Amino acid sequence: MKQLTVISGKGGTGKTSITAAFASLAKNAVLADCDVDAADLHLILKPDIKKTMGFHGLNIADVDRDKCIDCKKCFESCRFNAIDEEINIIKGSCEGCGVCAYVCPIDAISMKERDSGFSYISDTRFGPMAHAMLKTAEEASGKLVTVVRNNAKTLAIEQKKDLIIIDGPPGIGCPVIASLTGVDMVLIVTEPTLSAIHDLERILDVAKHFDIPAIVCINKYDINKENSEKIEKYCKSINIEIVGKLPYDTMVTEAMIHEQSVIEFSDGDLADGIIKMWDKIKKRLIE
Amino acid sequence: MIISIASGKGGTGKTTVATNLSLSLDNVQFIDCDVEEPNANIFLKAKITEQENVFVSIPEVDKNKCDYCGKCSEFCVYNALAVVPSNILVFPELCHSCGGCELVCPQEAISWKEKIVGKVEHGRVGDIAFYQGLLNVGEMQAIPVIKALKRKVDKSKNVIIDAPPGTSCPVIESISDSDYCILVTEPTPFGLHDLKLAVEVVRHLNITFGVIINRDGIGDKKVEIYCKNENIPILMKIPERKKIANLYSEGIALVNAVSEWHEMFYQMFDQIRKGVRK
Repeated sequence: MKQLTVISGKGGTGKTSITAAFASLAKNAVLADCDVDAADLHLILKPDIKKTMGFHGLNIADVDRDKCIDCKKCFESCRFNAIDEEINIIKGSCEGCGVCAYVCPIDAISMKERDSGFSYISDTRFGPMAHAMLKTAEEASGKLVTVVRNNAKTLAIEQKKDLIIIDGPPGIGCPVIASLTGVDMVLIVTEPTLSAIHDLERILDVAKHFDIPAIVCINKYDINKENSEKIEKYCKSINIEIVGKLPYDTMVTEAMIHEQSVIEFSDGDLADGIIKMWDKIKKRLIE
Repeated sequence: MIISIASGKGGTGKTTVATNLSLSLDNVQFIDCDVEEPNANIFLKAKITEQENVFVSIPEVDKNKCDYCGKCSEFCVYNALAVVPSNILVFPELCHSCGGCELVCPQEAISWKEKIVGKVEHGRVGDIAFYQGLLNVGEMQAIPVIKALKRKVDKSKNVIIDAPPGTSCPVIESISDSDYCILVTEPTPFGLHDLKLAVEVVRHLNITFGVIINRDGIGDKKVEIYCKNENIPILMKIPERKKIANLYSEGIALVNAVSEWHEMFYQMFDQIRKGVRK
């Protein structure tokens, strides 16, 4: 079983639209939306949810007021400033380490499970899908990414799928690292803007750091051809293959409004470009 | 006054709004809290003159004292310590520096060492005191870098905070304590869906907020209808124009190229300020 993660560093370069297009081209794949913070892939794939599972992120401290003797040991020991002097737990700051419960001399503090969101297993018109929802202001998105990836792997084994296509989050931190560790390849979607080029360099460093082969797609390459040439030169200099150069096309938004992938919605240059890119990626994955 | 710029969805134009707003005001402190992928200085071009490292504490085990009892790894909810029969491994990237392992160690074998996870940079450009954070490649946790940045906030200035995308911990750390939050979106189904998530976050944090629609003209009218139904003010619409996209791609701020935008951003700020004072 192979795993491909679509990432970008910079947000809004077209990760999800391209992942949705791949979903409609791949014949035998599981889809996974690992952008659990702001998941959008379901808006195109319209999953039919088969199974919903609660997600418990970090625990949270809970003080039994009747037992508390106000010794303030917990207040003094908490490194996250999550307990105030009146021994109130500040929910947004507690990282669930359990130090307060450990130092409490009369066992007035217990660590409670926190309902942080849900993970889902679904069917879509393109095959099975693993996705999730993180509740507002909850932490541990990296942990939820791992849950989604494990669900996707289980689906792939059960349904004999040979590929998992993962829609990754923006950035380079915890949820991104959780989305790419152990995958066979990352596709980095960039665009010819100075911001995206800066972010491309950083995300390529992340892929290198974790020793994962990376390939690049320049989306909207024609909005600034000089910058696209810069990206091509840069990638060539560090031996990174550019597998696709996709034109700017308002069809992407149109398709999104019609809840379809670009491949389903139109058959112009953009769709052709994505089909060719997909063929290249398939070959690279088999190598 | 602190104004933060956030979005939910990435790539909607947070940095465009934050940088252009800053360039339209006096006495500004700009803080780029997107420490994973900071881009604001591509547009502001502040000369970085000061740098400081951001450290976190991670455990160091004295292997002469350690008897591999495993109490520390049992306690650590982040799986940052692993004990095998005759060795102990520390995974610094996973450590949250809670101090628990030291507390539970019966041999007093654990002490702390500092580890660099990123840096905070400072410089000036015109009337803007610029700060940005950079998370080191391979590091998991942006929060310590964002916290170090937030310690620089000078409330006597017009503080503009450029937040990271998303809705979880780095966003909350960045925008909490703001007097006002501008949510930037685009008029597409993805834009609307993620705007709704961002609205939940700012309402949860009790921050007054308004919306800017970027790339106005693409997509549909559903963002506007949503804002109207929810009584959310639309502060500005930035039209989808080739010229604007091109300036962005070259790293040129809109207000420096098209002077009318200067006045529009200033007027928006004035409107926000009056609202906050009420």
